[in-house]
Amino acid sequence: MKAFTYERATSVEQAASMAASNPDARFIAGGTNLLDLMKLQIETPLYLIDINHVGLDKIEPTDDGGLRIGAMVRNTALAADERVRRDYSVLSRALVAGASGQLRNKATTAGNLLQRTRCPYFYDTNQPCNKRQPGSGCSAIGGFSRQHAVVGTSEACIATHPSDMAIAMRALDAKVETVKGDGTRRTIPIADFHRLPGDTPHIETNLERGEFITAVNLPAPIGGKHVYRKVRDRASYAFALVSVAAVVQPDGTGRFAIGGVAHKPWRVDAADARLKAGAREAARAALADARPTEQNRYKLDLVERTLGAALAEAKG
Amino acid sequence: MKFEKPAEMNPIDRMKVVGQPIRRIDGELKVSGQAKYAYEWHDPAGRYAYGYPVGSAIAKGHILAIDSEAAQRAPGVLKVVTTLDVGDREKGKFNTAKLFGGSEIQHYHQAVAVVVAETFEQARDAAALLKIEYAEEAGSFSLKEAKSSAVKPKDAGGSEPDTSVGDFTGAFRSAEVTLDEEYSTPDQSHSMMEPHASLAAWDGDELTLWTSSQMIDWWRGDLATTLGIDKEKITLMSPFIGGGFGGKLFLRADAVLAAFAAKAIGRPVKVALPRPLMANNTTHRPATIQRIRIGASKDGKISAIGHESWSGDLAGGQPEAAVMQTRLLYAGKNRMTAMRLATLNLAEGNAMRAPGEAPGLMALEIAMDEMAEKLGMDPVAFRKLNDTQMDPENPERPFTQRNLNGCLDLGAERFGWKNRGKPRSRTEGNMLIGMGVAAAFRNNLLLPSAARVRLDQSGTLTVETDMTDIGTGSYTIIAQTAAEMLGLPINRVAVHLGDSRFPVSAGSGGQFGANCSTSGVYAACVKLREAIAAKLGFNSADAVFEDGQVRLGNRAVPLADAVGTEGLTGEDGVEWGDLSETHQQSTFGAHFVEVGVDRFTGETRIRRMLAVCAAGRILNPVTARSQVIGAMTMGVGGALTEELAVDERRGFFVNHDLAGYEVPVHADIPHQEVIFMEEADPYSSPMKAKGVGELGLCGVSAAIANAIYNATGVRLRHYPLTLDKMLHQLPDVA
Ligand SMILES: Cc1cc2nc3c(=O)[nH]c(=O)nc-3n(C[C@H](O)[C@H](O)[C@H](O)COP(=O)(O)OP(=O)(O)OC[C@H]3O[C@@H](n4cnc5c(N)ncnc54)[C@H](O)[C@@H]3O)c2cc1C
Ligand code: SF4
Repeated sequence: MKAFTYERATSVEQAASMAASNPDARFIAGGTNLLDLMKLQIETPLYLIDINHVGLDKIEPTDDGGLRIGAMVRNTALAADERVRRDYSVLSRALVAGASGQLRNKATTAGNLLQRTRCPYFYDTNQPCNKRQPGSGCSAIGGFSRQHAVVGTSEACIATHPSDMAIAMRALDAKVETVKGDGTRRTIPIADFHRLPGDTPHIETNLERGEFITAVNLPAPIGGKHVYRKVRDRASYAFALVSVAAVVQPDGTGRFAIGGVAHKPWRVDAADARLKAGAREAARAALADARPTEQNRYKLDLVERTLGAALAEAKG
Repeated sequence: MKFEKPAEMNPIDRMKVVGQPIRRIDGELKVSGQAKYAYEWHDPAGRYAYGYPVGSAIAKGHILAIDSEAAQRAPGVLKVVTTLDVGDREKGKFNTAKLFGGSEIQHYHQAVAVVVAETFEQARDAAALLKIEYAEEAGSFSLKEAKSSAVKPKDAGGSEPDTSVGDFTGAFRSAEVTLDEEYSTPDQSHSMMEPHASLAAWDGDELTLWTSSQMIDWWRGDLATTLGIDKEKITLMSPFIGGGFGGKLFLRADAVLAAFAAKAIGRPVKVALPRPLMANNTTHRPATIQRIRIGASKDGKISAIGHESWSGDLAGGQPEAAVMQTRLLYAGKNRMTAMRLATLNLAEGNAMRAPGEAPGLMALEIAMDEMAEKLGMDPVAFRKLNDTQMDPENPERPFTQRNLNGCLDLGAERFGWKNRGKPRSRTEGNMLIGMGVAAAFRNNLLLPSAARVRLDQSGTLTVETDMTDIGTGSYTIIAQTAAEMLGLPINRVAVHLGDSRFPVSAGSGGQFGANCSTSGVYAACVKLREAIAAKLGFNSADAVFEDGQVRLGNRAVPLADAVGTEGLTGEDGVEWGDLSETHQQSTFGAHFVEVGVDRFTGETRIRRMLAVCAAGRILNPVTARSQVIGAMTMGVGGALTEELAVDERRGFFVNHDLAGYEVPVHADIPHQEVIFMEEADPYSSPMKAKGVGELGLCGVSAAIANAIYNATGVRLRHYPLTLDKMLHQLPDVA
């Protein structure tokens, strides 16, 4: 861990302006991802802005009947919220499928969205990795890639986004609220929040430098049956091989997002449209452009089967 | 004491303390944080510094140069000691790979430098500033590819690489029912809780090392060799160990680095291996490819059994002895086994819990299940039919005790085996349910072991031996043994372990620790009893040690009075005669497992497990049980998730941390039950005990594979049994 300056922000405005004046700054929320990366010198911020005292820890109703989740709301609190469990249970389920109880007590809504990949080569600083060291190459291509992405990949990177929460948020069409260093605010639909790797896998979101997440908005409830199905090798405390967040209406229509297959939560409109036709058709539409490796080809089949499980569960 | 004849009645047979479910005597220290592990020593003379190890970035080649200037200038840095600085060093006797010294790189993450600083963070930071120039060479990293170049090894853990009895080829060819299949097991990592860690402190030319070692004396000797000093100059201490599983049997780099670094700065230095270094820096259980052939008559009698195994290691290494159990487990007149060894440039392959038998049974016990199915027999009945009470390769040589069939019968009854249906015949919701069985087998090994016991005026009995407790319960069973021998309650016994100033013990490994170390304590206690009797003028053979007194006829003397103000000491060890040659000593068991496999996703989840063990006298049913359930848990990991993934281009284990190498978590282990058969084996030792710590692992993974087959109808032969290997064979669900 490189030596760094640590300061506490006590308001959103202060946090944003501190970040604006320090190009090497990073916000620290729960720290459950950032600190691990700093210990391995994968992230080497010179300046840490502690945002645990800025508030933003409430879940409030919005004017259009949705919910506004403060950026600092902990994963445990979000999963347990009565309104979330009632109206957005896919989100609750996704949250409790992630990490462990202890980690969820620390992990925040914003931090979870911004957690970085679990590609093992990303963590081994001896190995080439375009995400860690742009231009050095991608070790996973042609290497150990059982966990990696099958769709939306590039020649530069085949890493996945590991969040469970974000998959449910993608299915719910959440929106990310931010404030920039100069004080301007904007709202980014979650579909546009994370990026595909392309030639710049080290740039993972469309946030600008120093841009601060203040909240995640959920639109008004859409009803339907909410299912989150996470598939993993062991029963708990493991990242998804594949996961499916689905909201299915009584008439069989609905929407679904897929985790463990891409650099971002994966959702395809055309696939949603095929949901009524069943898991096979919908999954194929979602993964039409897939380019798996030998080691992760199984995910194509697995997505279809997992979606099948989700639809069966939705049917009850 | 030489143990040459089967044990007769002795004071242990009273079983007033031995055999009782006594909770760990070191438990309170552990749960209250008072038990000091290697990295937690804070009191050597002088302040200690921190050493951070640096691992090689290549798998094979040489180091041309190390530029440590920037690191040396970093804040807090005291010294950078590189492998070039210390130069070529003689390798210890027990290691295959060099641990440190010289320019040659034999495997990835081999220790190439240690950066020493005032704080851990400073050392770690500076370590990233080292610039190392390598000359990389091509290596061999794929067992599959190297298999054809594998050779017959000179030595296979002290036994023949090949054996052959009768006419295997002919008998197999003419058998009515045959099986010929290939199986594979992956590289596995010990992944014990406590990483390797050492604190070294020099006083002139004498070194004290606090470390985490299963085998004090082996480490001490090999460390002396590597440092080029006299063994007597080293004091080595390892009183508490956070797990080892064989990963701490042999000297490791942390100890060597700490010793060199402490010497270099003239201050004590602590070094721990960071978790991501452990998989490639230390040892692992090597992968195997195995071929099994079984031939039987239609009525299920095995006429031919053949087992071949291929594994790889660094040059000078050893094969994984995966065929050993097949030499002994089932009857059959015509037999062959063979081991072949390929040269691989991965980290050193070496012992991990139940080396040989664990991966061997992972294959053999699937093969037995497949064979039972071909014969249309129940797998329990098929195994029982092929039981043997004689060593099948040496039909004159009996087993001392062998109750495999009893374990299978009792297990089947308790587990509800009769409810097992045909493959893919039972479902609950989305789960396909199945049951599997496997035999467990592990040899009983005997190593010399010594101890010193001292009874003082206060009536406290103190035991000293360099035996280690790697979480197994050694402290407790040793206290029980000493208490039983002297007729004292257990709270009058103090046990000190893991210190090279104490008599040399068997150490912890190969499930020999419990039986051998308590036998050594037994021997020392015999000496002490003799000394006490002699002092009182009693005939020691007739003296009775009971209730804190020594009695002869109607004369009874409290022990504290008997030893007087000086106290009395007994020191001795056990050595072994040829009872393990004239007889085969082994432990047996049966594992039963029920799994559910999700019919959509292919995820396998354990539902319940049962182990029935016949392993001689159980010294303490509480600690023995925790050995067995821990081993069963390891078997679940071995079956379902654990695999060191090899990058065959760069030559290293990629998933080298606990996020990537998945061991079971609580949710994976819902229900475990263990039953111990009543046994006492007079051939094994005066304790009449054997080991259970490895038996509990042997066969578990195969029982899971067999249960998956019963649940799904999908036969998996390549571990780990992950969903990607069976998805395409599961029922269509879309
Ligand atoms: C062992 C382990 C297992 C795990 N398993 C899972 C799992 O199964 N599923 C899963 O989904 N996750 C899992 N996780 C990841 C976990 O969910 C994340 O670590 C956590 O959500 C991150 O939240 P945090 O608040 O701790 O973020 P931090 O570590 O504090 O921050 C993460 C990043 O977000 C940035 N950041 C934080 N807040 C803001 C803000 N308001 N505005 C702008 N930038 C911000 C930080 O600068 C940093 O770059 C696991 C983690 C661990 C350690
Ligand atoms: S997949 Fe991405 S993160 Fe992994 S090695 Fe390649 S570039 Fe790095």
